[in-house]
Amino acid sequence: MLNQLTISELTGKLASREVCSREVVQACLDQIKRVDKQIHAFLSHDDVDALAQADAADKLLANSAKAAGKPLLGVPIAVKDVLAVKGQPLNCGSKILGKFVSPYDATAIEKLKAAGAIIFGRLNMDEFAMGSSCENSALGVTRNPYDLERVPGGSSGGSAAAVAAFEAAVALGSDTGGSIREPGAFCNLIGFKPTYGRVSRYGLIAFASSLDQIGPLTRTVEDAALVYDAMAGHDPMDSTSISSAVEPTANGLLESLSGLKIGIVRQFDTRELGEDIDEVYDRAYHDLQALGAELHDVSLPTADYGLATYYLIAPAECSSNLARFDGVRYGLRVDDKDVQAMYEQTRAAGFGPEVKRRILIGTYALSSGYYDAYYVRAQKARTLVARDFEKAFEDCDLIACPAASSPAFTFNAKSDPYSMYMMDYYTIPMSLAGLPALSVPCGWVTPPGGTRPLPMGLQLCAPIFGEKLLLGAAHAYERATGHASKHKPQVSEVSA
Amino acid sequence: MAAAEIDVKYVAHLARIALSPEEEQKLGAQLGNILGYIEKLNQADISGVEPTAHAFPLVNVTRPDETRPSMSNEDALRNAPAKANGLFIVPKIVE
Repeated sequence: MLNQLTISELTGKLASREVCSREVVQACLDQIKRVDKQIHAFLSHDDVDALAQADAADKLLANSAKAAGKPLLGVPIAVKDVLAVKGQPLNCGSKILGKFVSPYDATAIEKLKAAGAIIFGRLNMDEFAMGSSCENSALGVTRNPYDLERVPGGSSGGSAAAVAAFEAAVALGSDTGGSIREPGAFCNLIGFKPTYGRVSRYGLIAFASSLDQIGPLTRTVEDAALVYDAMAGHDPMDSTSISSAVEPTANGLLESLSGLKIGIVRQFDTRELGEDIDEVYDRAYHDLQALGAELHDVSLPTADYGLATYYLIAPAECSSNLARFDGVRYGLRVDDKDVQAMYEQTRAAGFGPEVKRRILIGTYALSSGYYDAYYVRAQKARTLVARDFEKAFEDCDLIACPAASSPAFTFNAKSDPYSMYMMDYYTIPMSLAGLPALSVPCGWVTPPGGTRPLPMGLQLCAPIFGEKLLLGAAHAYERATGHASKHKPQVSEVSA
Repeated sequence: MAAAEIDVKYVAHLARIALSPEEEQKLGAQLGNILGYIEKLNQADISGVEPTAHAFPLVNVTRPDETRPSMSNEDALRNAPAKANGLFIVPKIVE
């Protein structure tokens, strides 16, 4: 079925006119009709607009001169509700944006449109990207297509669920502490976060400005490479975007890992995660060796400070970024006697508990008398984490480790905030150091009390600007092991 | 540093978020716990370490001081809760 094809399969069939974009988009919309009631990945989708974009793509596809230079022409890409798409609702999984309709396109969206992609749908997420399960959405939960009693991960939960359930070929997510990689791992996908600054943040509603990055969730590494190549690059609208030229990655996919040194992190002992999970990672590391890689023991001594560091820096930055939601210029407004009261009541009514928690932690950490002890200290710890990686990369080309400490958990399993924060344990250090990293399916585990096998993700991390090697190596691993195809989503068995 | 004693009322006021008494209590306790975990950062040896804000530090990213096209007044006001005469309407600020 057309909605089950990868981007590279689709572009081939579209270019040869074997299928048309309208059929592809219609197949996605049909699948949404069939399964989204069960998983609620989509907050909304404008079918008329999506089909109109498809028709426009088909006109271009009929003329090979016009189709040239548009590597994603006719491919449907669904979007996490944190990215601005002109004319589409923008809610960030929150009530505080009310009926906001975006007046502009994010740069990443602009670039994908220029590459010919069909941009459609608004995908569910933890509110303002704060969460690891999509349970913090103010607009309903999303269910994991591989086990409907479990979370899809977060904060890009809707994005992961949509691709896993074949509702779109690709979805865009955002990653601040692991919000692409962890849902990628939970939903049997590739979840890829580029080097900080590689993809413009203009139009990505800011959570933590020094950590946020946009990235794709896809069914194959090649698809992730294709989307990244189309989105990456300097943007004058984002002063933190990197100006050096982007090395294309889609033509650098590897078949073997011979000659590569892969670092296994001493501090990330997978025996702590239980026998079944340990076995999965043990086998994954062996499979990397079987592909020709040399495994090296590396050390990240300050990785253990990662969580504490992140949960000071990210809330501090978010307390500043979310100050703009005050009822004045857009979104929800709770009228009151004066402006101050309006701010306080609007934000009280509009923000959910996790967002409030993080704003308060951040405000506290930045407040007079505490700024040095908390925020500055955390920024210095961050330097230590980055240095650890630099040192580790003297002994290896890539680092391999878990993407998450467990497969997808059941709803309400992590009701204590800090236990939820622990889900980012392995992904946070890479975010703090700004390094490119991804999750690739590496096996299946049926957890105690679970009835279905659940996917697990191997995290690979490269040095700064190492996207080409990262994706290249992940492709070799993916091709050799084929874990993703071993089980089908539960949602394909349950009829609408 | 005793993390448990946070003046939640004061912090909420700084953050311009009205909290109910129940929220104050619940959030206060949760914040105390979270900051307790974060205390482990006090063990890190950060002597002589510079803070990091950007993984690949960029300095003085500027553009020429020239006027460029930007969002129209109409587009900027499109999502306003209350507007008139090309302006946002808010409750009175100055008496």
